[in-house]
Amino acid sequence: MSLYFTKEHEWIQVEGDIATVGITDFAQGQLGDIVFVEVPSAGTQVSQGGDAAVVESVKAASDVYAPVSGEVVEGNAALEADPSLVNTAPEGEGWFFKLKLSDEGQLEGLMNADEYKAFVDSQ
Amino acid sequence: MRYLPLADTDRQEMLRTIGAKSIDDLFVDVPEAARLSGKIEGLADHASEMSVERQMGAMARQNMVAGEVPFFLGAGAYKHHVPASVDHIIQRGEFLTSYTPYQPEIAQGTLQVLFEFQTQVARLYGCDVANASMYDGSTACWEAITMARRVTKRGKAILSGGLHPHYVSLAQTMARFTGDRLDVALPELTAETDAERLLASIDGETSCVVVQYPDILGRITDLTPIAEKAHANGALLIAVVTEPVALGAIEAPGHMGADIVVGEGQSIGVGLNFGGPYVGLFACKEKFVRQMPGRLCGETVDAEGKRGFVLTLSTREQHIRREKATSNICTNSGLCALAFSIHMTLLGERGLRDLAVLNHARAVLAAERLAKVPGVELVNDTFFNEFTLKLPKEARPAVRALADKGILGGVSLGRLYPEAEALENGLVVAVTEVVTDEDIEALASALQEVLA
Amino acid sequence: MSINASGWKPEMGSGEGMEVQTFTGNRALMLEEPLIFEMDEAGGCGVDIAPAPKVTSRLGGLERKRDIGIPGLSEPQTVRHYTRLSRQNYAIDLGLFPLGSCTMKHNPRLNEKMARLPGFADIHPLQPIDTVQGALKVIADLGEWLVKLTGMHSVAMSPKAGAHGELCGLLAIRSALEARGDAREVILVPESAHGTNPATAAFCGYRVENIPATERGRVDLAALKARLGPDVAGVMITNPNTCGLFEPDMIEISKAVHEAGGLVYCDGANFNAIVGRVRPGDLGIDAMHINLHKTFSTPHGGGGPGSGPVVFSEALTPFAPLPFVEKQGDRYVLIEEETAEEHHGRTFGRMTAFHGQMGMFTRALTYILSHGADGLRQVSEDAVLNANYILRSLDDVLDAPFGNSGPCMHEALFSDKDFGGGLSTLDVAKGLIDEGFHPMTMYFPLVVHGAMLIEPTETESKAALDQFIGALRSVAERAKAGDASLKAAPIYAPRRRLDETLAARKPVLAWKEPTQGVAAE
Repeated sequence: MSLYFTKEHEWIQVEGDIATVGITDFAQGQLGDIVFVEVPSAGTQVSQGGDAAVVESVKAASDVYAPVSGEVVEGNAALEADPSLVNTAPEGEGWFFKLKLSDEGQLEGLMNADEYKAFVDSQ
Repeated sequence: MRYLPLADTDRQEMLRTIGAKSIDDLFVDVPEAARLSGKIEGLADHASEMSVERQMGAMARQNMVAGEVPFFLGAGAYKHHVPASVDHIIQRGEFLTSYTPYQPEIAQGTLQVLFEFQTQVARLYGCDVANASMYDGSTACWEAITMARRVTKRGKAILSGGLHPHYVSLAQTMARFTGDRLDVALPELTAETDAERLLASIDGETSCVVVQYPDILGRITDLTPIAEKAHANGALLIAVVTEPVALGAIEAPGHMGADIVVGEGQSIGVGLNFGGPYVGLFACKEKFVRQMPGRLCGETVDAEGKRGFVLTLSTREQHIRREKATSNICTNSGLCALAFSIHMTLLGERGLRDLAVLNHARAVLAAERLAKVPGVELVNDTFFNEFTLKLPKEARPAVRALADKGILGGVSLGRLYPEAEALENGLVVAVTEVVTDEDIEALASALQEVLA
Repeated sequence: MSINASGWKPEMGSGEGMEVQTFTGNRALMLEEPLIFEMDEAGGCGVDIAPAPKVTSRLGGLERKRDIGIPGLSEPQTVRHYTRLSRQNYAIDLGLFPLGSCTMKHNPRLNEKMARLPGFADIHPLQPIDTVQGALKVIADLGEWLVKLTGMHSVAMSPKAGAHGELCGLLAIRSALEARGDAREVILVPESAHGTNPATAAFCGYRVENIPATERGRVDLAALKARLGPDVAGVMITNPNTCGLFEPDMIEISKAVHEAGGLVYCDGANFNAIVGRVRPGDLGIDAMHINLHKTFSTPHGGGGPGSGPVVFSEALTPFAPLPFVEKQGDRYVLIEEETAEEHHGRTFGRMTAFHGQMGMFTRALTYILSHGADGLRQVSEDAVLNANYILRSLDDVLDAPFGNSGPCMHEALFSDKDFGGGLSTLDVAKGLIDEGFHPMTMYFPLVVHGAMLIEPTETESKAALDQFIGALRSVAERAKAGDASLKAAPIYAPRRRLDETLAARKPVLAWKEPTQGVAAE
């Protein structure tokens, strides 16, 4: 099991060929109170860098991009009822969707936890 | 100039504070070539209230006023009696001269009105939620079509032939640019609507079916079968109501399965105003709320836990979503929505029902009388306060001839459908509570003379 | 002698500083007001409707079977309800309303009186045109003045608001390009643009690309020129721009866009700064909407109705929408669908039912006739003077990001730089509410952090400006000092800060009857 991060402030946790995707604690802090999350439904094909989900605070709407390509196997239904999970547990219960990787090679271009921390600090 | 408070001494003092020698110094960024040296050509200098009143009054007097003659026009705009208190309240400066309620702590008046308005509209239409209003019925109708596209992710809309031709025309204009496909038809001068055509046209590519209720000829059709067929095919039913008073008498479209109900609110509280400003009403099922266009007001609490209201779900809107917004609209029709809401509050359940019953009764009496004019045929089996007559000759010149006799006798289908010869003998007649027995008699006898 | 039998003696009382929880929740003239749904008495009604004659129903069996569920109130209850609600609103009639980009000027009451003349207010849009010659003359006259004031070629009067006008302008641009067989796909928009600009361009099927701004807050001409090409349909520019600055390169921008085969749209939201002094037509613009509710003083009404006529260059005139008014001899005619074919076959079509916002036309024409040529020129001069006065009276205490690049036009822009204690533009805005002012536009334009955009308009006296300046100076000083009490502002408004997160997470958009359990509380 390994954890990756993107410059778009998403995290990806990979187990076998299944990746779980969410937004980072830093990102939720920047957005403020999350009021709505739209996650992709199972079966959706997403490609690296393309729109995959939407996250909204009161005064901002942000697109969440797919950090890697693949087929969505599950969207986090809990976020529909309780979008505040993204604020309280961004890197746990507040995950967005799981996808089946179509190209594991894409993981290589991503950051690890230390690199992401350095990236955020430099912002 | 009575609207400009600064005195020349003020101006000089302010220029000194700014550090500029003259007003021209403040316009330095304007290129020389773009500066207008003289005055606007042909425009006189400022004028007194009295002088402007004379000029405007002279133009006003050149128009035939609906309230001064027997009056039977409808087709999307209706003359109803508006209680005196409505115009009094909307002229209170706190409503008239306030802005969109972006600072809710000092806009609770407008916000609570919008919350009440949204609830009134939703209930009138038989829907879960309504927005804070649109420009008018025609633009609300097009917004509903685009919303159905977003919900169903399909691009073919089927428009009933009974939909107001201006609404159709507007949708056709927009669809040329957005790529939506529209299935349209002309109405026919028959008692039956084109429900059969709609049912036959719905397929797996259909995003929505758009049906006016009552329709442009005044006919009323049960929407339930259309809703069922649409839903079975994954499409939405959009109902369009141009005469909201009708819903005091007939079943609400939302209760017949309509997913989105839109329409014109002018009839209640707003007045004729030669076509605008009016107020577009827009309501839908709760599950579609995030795809709705326009402003929404919602209930919340303040820092002390007191109930209050705010504009909400604004991430759908242009100022945040920019090119991904559900619509480019930023204003609603606030003051007209206020007028609608006040009039609705004055009417209440009982008043609206009584008003609707009275409208229907007067229309039935008028239809019966006018159908007795030699050569004139009543097209409708069903109607609320508006029906279509088939004249023995072209209706458009007949309407002009009636106007020459001081009677505004209806809207000719020739005006609405200039290309359609089959419709040119049609005359749409609206009869509301303001029409008297004498008015009906005057129209009947004048029509007889005009047709002779 | 007779001794004060009633016992009434004037007294100043005591109990200073005590907060009392009143029975009603009211605080003297600050009145709480329930929803109409909570006031309904069975069958309440504020109108008397004549009994209906008995007839045979023609409703086709579709009679309403259930209650609508709307409350009714008598006239005195209704008047009181809305009057009490009105007192919870701020308004121009109460004080300076400095919302940048919104032009909250005084709304002359003569305009209201004229719009209510039965000859304008009580006529139907589909009356035979010989019965509405005066109304058509109003539309034609107003259109003529708008064309002359802007130095353009023609005008479309039907758009219902500014955003609708933008749509009108862009549809004309797209029609013109398509007519010459030149499909283009990109609209360039400055970073500082109103959100409606990209929303409208996207609606018309265009891809939106941003043009950067220079450090002086103007469009980066070099970057714009570099981006122009055969795929660019046009630009949408606001001038004066949303930073309150005139675009000095506008003529050159237009020339470059035209040379590259594109067209120039101008967002006319800020026309008030230049009316009577600069004609957009002289800047090479092809289309511009005019917000009658801004420059021409029609009331904002708590968010509409607006009106957004669009003026066109000669190149775009043939594509203007239906309907429009034409003078033929001494008679006015309305060009609708039927007559369009002959003379105006290239129109892009209809964009609303009927003919536009007549009620706004009468008000705007009244305004123009009242001001006249000299008055309109004075309008823009005073509007610009007032804004510069605010800019220079506050730039020692607030950061003016473009303060060094010369005078502003009709609005002054500040940022949140140097605020202490985690205080933000929002806190300053709420602090202004306690001072009795409506806040400025906040967090717009997006190009300035914590933006505060202040547009005083020309209808403010120097005394009113000075009081506003004093209030904002005081609040800004508190913000810079990190005064934590600002976080609690407003404390004197009818409501404290409202929970927008709750409203968005669990939307309650309509009133519902309380369930039994809740009702028993």
